[in-house]
Amino acid sequence: MKANIFNIQKFSVHDGPGIRTTVFFKGCPLKCLWCHNPESQNLSKEILYDKYKCTLCGNCIRVCANNAIEKKGNTLITNMDKCSFKGDCIVSCINSARQIAGREYTLDEVMKEVLKDRVFYKNSKGGVTLSGGEPLIYKEFIEELLMRLKKENIHTAVDTCGYADFKVFEKISKYTDLFLYDLKLTDDVKHIFYTGVSNKIIINNLIKLSKIHNNINLRLPLIEGINADENHILEILKIIKNMNIKKVNLLPYHDIARHKYEKLCRGYSKDMKKPRDEKLKKYKEMFEKEGYKVKIGG
Amino acid sequence: MRGYTERTKKLREISTNTQPSISLERALLETEFYEKYYGTVETPVLRALNFKNLMKKRKLYIGQDELIVGEKGEGPQAAPTFPELCCHTVEDMTVMNDRKYISFKVKEEDKKLQQEKIIPYWEKRSIRHKILESMTGEWKDCYAAGMFTEFMEQRAPGHTVADGKIYEKGFLDFKKEIEEEIEKIDFMNDPDAYDKKAQLEGMAISCDAIIIYGQRYAQYARELASKETNPKRKEELLWIANNCDVVPAHKPETFAQALQMYWFVHIGVTTELNTWDSFSPGRLDQYIYPFYKKEKEEGMIDYHKARELLECFWIKFNNQPAPPKVGITLKESGTYTDFANINTGGINPYTGEDGVNEISYMILDVMDELKLLQPSSNVQISVKTPDEFLKRAVEISRKGWGQPAFYNTEELIQELLNAGKTLEDARFGGASGCVETGCHGREAYVLTGYLNVPKILELTLNDGFDNYTGKQIGIKTGNPEDFSSYEELFDAFVKQLNYIIKVKIRGNNVIEKIFAKHMPSTFMSVLTDGCKESGRDYNAGGSKYNTRYIQVVGIATITDCLSAIKYNVYDNKRFTMGELLEALKSNFEGYAHIRNLVLNHTPKYGNDDDYADDIMLDIFTATRDIIRGRKTVCGGTYQIDMLPTTCHVYFGSVMGASPNGRLAEKPVSDGISPEKGADVKGPTAVIKSCSKMDHTSTGGTLLNQKFSPSSIAGEEGIENVSSLIRSYFELMGHHIQFNVIDKKTLLDAQKHPEEYKDLIVRVAGYSDHFNNLEKSLQDEIIERTEQAFN
Repeated sequence: MKANIFNIQKFSVHDGPGIRTTVFFKGCPLKCLWCHNPESQNLSKEILYDKYKCTLCGNCIRVCANNAIEKKGNTLITNMDKCSFKGDCIVSCINSARQIAGREYTLDEVMKEVLKDRVFYKNSKGGVTLSGGEPLIYKEFIEELLMRLKKENIHTAVDTCGYADFKVFEKISKYTDLFLYDLKLTDDVKHIFYTGVSNKIIINNLIKLSKIHNNINLRLPLIEGINADENHILEILKIIKNMNIKKVNLLPYHDIARHKYEKLCRGYSKDMKKPRDEKLKKYKEMFEKEGYKVKIGG
Repeated sequence: MRGYTERTKKLREISTNTQPSISLERALLETEFYEKYYGTVETPVLRALNFKNLMKKRKLYIGQDELIVGEKGEGPQAAPTFPELCCHTVEDMTVMNDRKYISFKVKEEDKKLQQEKIIPYWEKRSIRHKILESMTGEWKDCYAAGMFTEFMEQRAPGHTVADGKIYEKGFLDFKKEIEEEIEKIDFMNDPDAYDKKAQLEGMAISCDAIIIYGQRYAQYARELASKETNPKRKEELLWIANNCDVVPAHKPETFAQALQMYWFVHIGVTTELNTWDSFSPGRLDQYIYPFYKKEKEEGMIDYHKARELLECFWIKFNNQPAPPKVGITLKESGTYTDFANINTGGINPYTGEDGVNEISYMILDVMDELKLLQPSSNVQISVKTPDEFLKRAVEISRKGWGQPAFYNTEELIQELLNAGKTLEDARFGGASGCVETGCHGREAYVLTGYLNVPKILELTLNDGFDNYTGKQIGIKTGNPEDFSSYEELFDAFVKQLNYIIKVKIRGNNVIEKIFAKHMPSTFMSVLTDGCKESGRDYNAGGSKYNTRYIQVVGIATITDCLSAIKYNVYDNKRFTMGELLEALKSNFEGYAHIRNLVLNHTPKYGNDDDYADDIMLDIFTATRDIIRGRKTVCGGTYQIDMLPTTCHVYFGSVMGASPNGRLAEKPVSDGISPEKGADVKGPTAVIKSCSKMDHTSTGGTLLNQKFSPSSIAGEEGIENVSSLIRSYFELMGHHIQFNVIDKKTLLDAQKHPEEYKDLIVRVAGYSDHFNNLEKSLQDEIIERTEQAFN
């Protein structure tokens, strides 16, 4: 059993309590316009190419056994159908302009990597977070992984967009100490427009999950121009009112990922902005008034 | 202005704003004395009488508002010279005066006195002269090539620390004990009886010397009091006089007298010789807390008064710049800091229980308030240490000037036990200088010099030839292009390593004898267990324990170099040894593809990657096993340390490009920290890699970890750093320290030094003003990886 993983981040301190290792799975059913990790969206591997670092020296073109790279004007185009992800172009690039996103890991490999930091988990009351992309895509893999982590007595967290068959939640919930559950938009039309899918499954799953699991942190990305308004907050409060949820994370949008979109040769909307601090403070108070524990940021 | 009270604000201001200068007083008194008495008495007595003469005649200084008294020179920031060890030329003095960094002002008339009085007597009699005359051609070649440095070339062995005895006894008591030992000497059967008598007599005279010094201060304070018109100050001066009536002749009775006692001892040690690492109070909080507790219960002292006294005491350390250094000694230790290092926290050495007390917290408050370079302040963290104490220390450390540094109590004790000390003695152990471990008050643990391990690989790759000096320095181990396996290369490297260490130790053996014969330190001998009982000097192996350290530099650089060769040349055959050697010769110019492979696509130390870390272990083990356990000529044992001070910059400057992609003349790695930019997996991976070596088989390791301020903000930031420390120590790491400054700030400080006068950064086992560092060292600090907390 293997999974496509694009990063195993050590000393991760914003994805759950303490010092953690976050495993980022590749592939997501949602395509959020503001996604910070665009390289996490596709299931398959991808090449990231930084045209600003590239000096068009041609090393990569020469070493590619599949002739997948060609020069067009002052940039390079990689034909992904031809690419075998052997990585010769990455190693030969003297400007570090090329990267591969995604690598196949076996369960043993992931376990070996995350167990390296167990002493830090113990001392900081941290653990391992599965994130992505959407980890629930790899249902058998993560079920087994979470089970093994619990056998090792390691705290586990799953960061999910909620868009999955509820059976998967049922299966993993007993091995999961904490869910980080994203809720993007309450308005379904807007949700479909900005993420590509309906929010009905997501909200239903949240309702059901909160009945069988008592440690769910709600994570709300807030983007000026899309969902950073009071009505949206009020709607969310309404949805979670009778649920067993105690903590809320407000995640203000930032445009740090802009360069990644360029490297993937994808467009990036310029209409999104970071919400002002006063607004965030206000929203924080709105949640706190209802008894939630709120943190701005992860 | 920093300072808890108006008084300490003023004293700190004087300490930090006075330009260091050379004081010739000591050199002149000593020369006059030697001209008269040399040859009339045995050497230990001569040295003791010389010390007594200095303590009797030197000018005294009681600064305005001072409460703790005594200076090494005529006043704050005046540095005496030690011509019996290193006789400076007039040119040396001009360099000291004119150099941009670590300068000492020298008066023109003093240069004249140096020329007319000091040089004629000491030029051919100084220890430095004797050492250089006695070294072999091989030693001199290696020294010139920067294969190693020599600590005793300009300064005396010291490297030790006070324990609790000076708070339990006065020097009259010590003198009495010494006289009893003299009585016990067996002239009928002991062939060393005559030598022992001379040594013990010298030690008794040294007790007189320090007692006289105290009496003179008492008298001087009364003199000033009689002229003082301000009644409050008059009372203070009389209070100082009363304290000096008690210490150092008798044991201290009050908190203030305890501090004054240590301070007189400190001045004594650093006047007798220019000992490396000056001298340190060691586990200060453990020794002075009982005085504070008693007086507090009696209503004689409160936090406020004790805090002010402690600040006065702290500022005294900062008043003493390190003895002026020149040449390679300046390069290996380019700083005013004299490495007095105070251990706070840890366990109570008498009971083994948690040692954190009210004074431990007060010391943290003082450190935080005064923000001084000296003394180097560290905390010992034990499994028994409360989180509250650890977190308070982290809170200060993350302000970004590297203090306090963190030491692991359990690991320190294990190191000492592994080196053959008893548990009782080990509990009185700690770190001093940078990170060196020893049993305080019981051991001479002398650092002998840094070893340039990366350059030993460079020699191996050139069949023993050194391009820097243009000479065959090493032995012939063959053309590396003929090596058919990595193992053959590693064997050749170990042969060169063995040879260079042999050259170093042969020199050490001679130097140890020179000091034992010509430079007994009878006062230090009074302070160290074993000397009195054995009738032998501190510098002649008289202490209860005797250790000589060689400090291994550049473990990360050498690891990454060997990893680069193993991975690319032998395992993956990406290029040949011949191509690599050509690339190194041309400093990678025209070899960008090779540099890219070794820099960016090769396993490196610092990432918790066993491929590289196993190579580190091979090098660490080989080096340690060649050095550790060898006997020294005066009956001690060799051990290794893994620390650089500023020597990694010097060692890099004598080297060409290296196989790990490091360019010619750039610094090598510091301590056991990863090579700059090589650690890409964050601080937990660094800690894991560093903890793979067996710290407890060394005498100390140094790990620098840099964070940007934003990454450790808030209460969570403190908790995360605390957890990192606890984890590293659970893995038996020895020491960790933090620089918390962003790159932007440092770059700006380089451009506008005038705007960053206060900027202090962690260099090696100490902190320094950023503006005092040479440009290359500044660059190196800027480049140290900024570990992101995401």
